[in-house]
Amino acid sequence: MINSIKKLAKNLTLSELRSGMKITAKEFVNTKITVQYPEEKTPISPRFRGLHALRRYPNGEERCIACKLCEAVCPANAITIESEMRDDGTRRTTQYDIDLFKCIFCGFCEEACPVDAIVETQIFEYAFESRDGSIMTKDRLLKVGDDNEQAISKARSVDAKYR
Amino acid sequence: MIELWQSFVIGVNELMPWFDGNMAAIVIILIKAIALIMPLLLTVAYFTYAERKVIGYMQLRIGPNRVGPKGWLQPIADALKLMTKEIIFPSKANIYLFLLAPVLAIAPAIAVWAVIPFDEGIYVTNLDVSLLYVLAIGSIGVYGIILAGWASNSKYPLLGALRSASLLVSYEIVIGFALVTVVMIAGSVNLNTIVADQQGGIVNWYFIPLFPMMIIFFISALVETNRAPFDVVEGESEIVGGTHVEYSGMTFAVFFLAEYANMILMAVLAVIMFFGGWHSPFEGMGVLESTFAWVPGIIWLLAKSTFFMFLYLWVRATFPRFRYDQIMRLSWKVFLPITILWIFVVALMTQLHIGPWFA
Repeated sequence: MINSIKKLAKNLTLSELRSGMKITAKEFVNTKITVQYPEEKTPISPRFRGLHALRRYPNGEERCIACKLCEAVCPANAITIESEMRDDGTRRTTQYDIDLFKCIFCGFCEEACPVDAIVETQIFEYAFESRDGSIMTKDRLLKVGDDNEQAISKARSVDAKYR
Repeated sequence: MIELWQSFVIGVNELMPWFDGNMAAIVIILIKAIALIMPLLLTVAYFTYAERKVIGYMQLRIGPNRVGPKGWLQPIADALKLMTKEIIFPSKANIYLFLLAPVLAIAPAIAVWAVIPFDEGIYVTNLDVSLLYVLAIGSIGVYGIILAGWASNSKYPLLGALRSASLLVSYEIVIGFALVTVVMIAGSVNLNTIVADQQGGIVNWYFIPLFPMMIIFFISALVETNRAPFDVVEGESEIVGGTHVEYSGMTFAVFFLAEYANMILMAVLAVIMFFGGWHSPFEGMGVLESTFAWVPGIIWLLAKSTFFMFLYLWVRATFPRFRYDQIMRLSWKVFLPITILWIFVVALMTQLHIGPWFA
């Protein structure tokens, strides 16, 4: 009996509605957490797995030795590699394609690579304007690597002690 | 057909002398109407902007801020978009009724404003039965929604229309009874008289003796204007968009305008009924009264109704949608008994001459 009167009083004074509105009123004046994307960006981890790149040694020689470990480990079969022996006796790739439509950005290729040749950069704002733009050819991968070598090596050195 | 046209021409010819004689009056009425409707539509436009901003802020977002400085041009962009969009007619809909529905929705929503007193002597017309006029014309607006549901020849709009009709029937009674208490105190159904009767500062306003009625009036106003948490007429998650499903472009925009004009009307009406209309809250308070004496009455009215408009958005950002039968139960089993009880309480207070309200 007393409980039902209490409940009635609670309902008639709209106490639960008021406590709900108190919460929204509090949030109304709270600092907003929206990140204004093109102008502001959230911090990116050095382990971020974005667009792929092929790296070079400081002397300009490409790192990839066509061991095809990345091709083997790739769970999405996104990597296609063809190789041949060069005149100086080293083995290099003639074709190194990554299909970005297939790629799931798992980072296994990067982990498998014995010479740190294929890496995933922190670049995530990219787009293609034609359908075959999704195939990252060797030239394009090397160009991404050349253009972003500083950022790539910096991210790797930050993360080095955890590897 | 030709006979009809001829009789129309004759009718116009007969009316012409009358127009000649009353040209000045007609022009004045037109100017008054434009002076009322243009700010109203502008308020509606920026009310939608305020809604998105306020709800965004309550959800820790920022809301629209891309169009113009701080997003101030967003409503203009919205209006342009809606005006340039194609109006799609459902293939089996009755096009005449389909187009008549938005007109029927907006016309009463604007016509009601004719009797609203904004300040002492500032109104379009001064009807002696203005409160009845507001209730009567205000309820016609639902025909627009019902007709929209029917003319669309589609399932969800029809469901929305049925919901709207039954909600209106239930809540019109509650609003009517809640306003009866106001009429009992003021002794008049003229909005000007009701406001004038609340003269003398905040203690003379009707919300003190009629506090439960004010709450009930506000909640019922939420239902009447199909606002969250009672927006079952639209009910996106249940019946897609209710009566708006088949409407696009400008026809939809007109419904939108009508809904928001009604919301603003209900906010202003709440202020007129319970919060002393154009009167300053500091009347009869010595220093405070003279400090705020320069503020015109219309500013007080708008400031007070802005609070209620904010309350609409606040409520929408807070509560989840009621289930349909819950809304019905709320009306018939809770609000109606309380309002009827309060009529007796008001009668008792009148007999005992309590406070400044029943002097």
